[in-house]
Amino acid sequence: MNLIANNLTYKPSEEYHLNEVSFNFKEGNLYTILGRTLSGKTTLLKTIAGLLTPDSGAIEFDGKDFLKVPVWQRNVAMVYQQFINYPHLNVFENIAFPLRQRKIDNEEIKNKVMESLKSVGLVGYENRKIQELSGGQQQRVSLARSLVKNAKILLLDEPLVNLDYKLREQLREEFKSLFSKGLADETILIYSTTDPRETMELNGEVIVLDEGKVLQVGPAKEIFENPSSLKVAEISNDPPMNIIEAEISNEQIRFEGIEIKAPNHLSKLTDSGLKIGLRSSDIELNENGHEFEVELAEISGSETLLHLKRGTIKIIMSIEEVLNFKIHDKIKIDFKIDRAYAFAADGKLASSPFGGNNG
Amino acid sequence: MSKLYTFLKYFFIVFWAVFVVAPFLWALTTSFKDFQSVNGGVTYIPWVDFEPNLEGWKVLIKSPAKGGVDIVEPYFNSLFVTCTASLISIILGTLSAYALSRYTFKAGFVKNNDITFFFISQRIMPPIVLSIPFFLFLSSINLLDSLVGLIVVYIVLLMPIAVWIMVDFFNKVPREIDETALIDGCNPYQAFLKVVLPNSIPGLIVAGMFCIIFGWIDFFFAFILTFTEVQLLPVKIVALNSSVTPWWSLSASALVSVAPLIIVAFIVERYLSKGNLSGAIK
Repeated sequence: MNLIANNLTYKPSEEYHLNEVSFNFKEGNLYTILGRTLSGKTTLLKTIAGLLTPDSGAIEFDGKDFLKVPVWQRNVAMVYQQFINYPHLNVFENIAFPLRQRKIDNEEIKNKVMESLKSVGLVGYENRKIQELSGGQQQRVSLARSLVKNAKILLLDEPLVNLDYKLREQLREEFKSLFSKGLADETILIYSTTDPRETMELNGEVIVLDEGKVLQVGPAKEIFENPSSLKVAEISNDPPMNIIEAEISNEQIRFEGIEIKAPNHLSKLTDSGLKIGLRSSDIELNENGHEFEVELAEISGSETLLHLKRGTIKIIMSIEEVLNFKIHDKIKIDFKIDRAYAFAADGKLASSPFGGNNG
Repeated sequence: MSKLYTFLKYFFIVFWAVFVVAPFLWALTTSFKDFQSVNGGVTYIPWVDFEPNLEGWKVLIKSPAKGGVDIVEPYFNSLFVTCTASLISIILGTLSAYALSRYTFKAGFVKNNDITFFFISQRIMPPIVLSIPFFLFLSSINLLDSLVGLIVVYIVLLMPIAVWIMVDFFNKVPREIDETALIDGCNPYQAFLKVVLPNSIPGLIVAGMFCIIFGWIDFFFAFILTFTEVQLLPVKIVALNSSVTPWWSLSASALVSVAPLIIVAFIVERYLSKGNLSGAIK
């Protein structure tokens, strides 16, 4: 059963929320919609759910025109980034709600709800009020309610974004094991996120969305290795990929008084206005390297993020250990230039270390 | 310091309690007095200061033929009109408020906010301005001096209150809750009845309380739109006044007319103290 969209466009005001979005989702697969905030992820999910009607375009599911089916008959499930539950019902009744709508007998409802509670680790909480639960637990109830329906299409709209760091990690692990348990056998699972790391970990088919437009579609690995454009490279890396305007000639890359020998995949490029893309993790400290000034040093978890400056160039590097730097410290760094990307003046990928290009 | 604070706190509580309760006590004692005890100087304590009697109360239930004023029928008229009008206002007001909160209306330059303001604007005009059209309207459909006519007018007066309170309340209920209900298999009516309404009980109670209070205390329209057939309590109480002000029966009728509001206040207070009025919706 495929979910096929054709040129979905939704433009409620001046800006596009969806701009000719097309896709073909197959059952049993996980699709990740990666995009920054306001890129149209929620609009897309709501359109699939039937909460929004696009201005133009078509959605087809199982061979039927999905746009003609009202929300309450579509058999989809959705988890919001806010923890949305029914505050007047307890945990058990919250999860049982969609089943009660279907007039299933009580015994079966009880079994299904208990099973669902088990899968999200909330056994023993069935009589609690929703307001008595923590954010993470509320989101689990929300997830349990969407699982209990056995919906053919499961939509998860940034389900982890409002949780604190630790809970996010923990729930993400649980999601992964839930998904891999064969839950998704006949389900189309659509997961939207702003977090590149989450995208890579979920390892599904990725749709990169920006300003309502699909920029690139492909497996997570492919998006990571060969981002088709500067935009995709920015969206699919956190911290965003460093973009440096540079010149390549005589197999040398030049920028801001630095000269580096170009690796093979970059040496043949001759276009003007080239931009070199380098991940923050592909920069390392080196005594014999190039001098940069520290503008800001952040320590996040076990990682140190350095915002560096040299002339007009600003870059971010990440170091996998906790180091203390002071602002205005001068440090020396080196670039792992063989892992650099090159983008043409129009933003398209010109060359990648993994052999991809747009040509 | 904290002792002083505690002292001041209790002092003000006691002061406020006396301030609020004293008029009621005054009315209560006065209702058991006769002409002699009211006009013979300041007296407070029954059996010591004055000899209590039930004359003031008896007048309220005696028929006019026996020199009484009989407020029993106006009392039930008032209860009936207030409760019916409040109930209908709440039902219609809640439905309108939900529509105004969730759906977008457009007719030329008229949009949702204009419609909401139209409802509220009914309460901006002084009642005297409305009284003439109401009078003419009711007289043209032969509903002057009738319970049904009063109910119609009270709905016009009370529904804006219900709409106002409920629009505000529904705007605070996240739309995603309705959407989740739709996704979970409810049609829009079921989503409203099964999910939105149960989470709006606090708002309904507040709106209901205001409707009952404003309906119950209205004197002006009850006075203008009724003559002899139908009378409401506030009008009847005023009619008690004659050349000699009967303070005893006035006090007694004031107490019985305040009774329903006190009962409503106690119910709402119970509900409030259980913490149900807030926190249902985050």
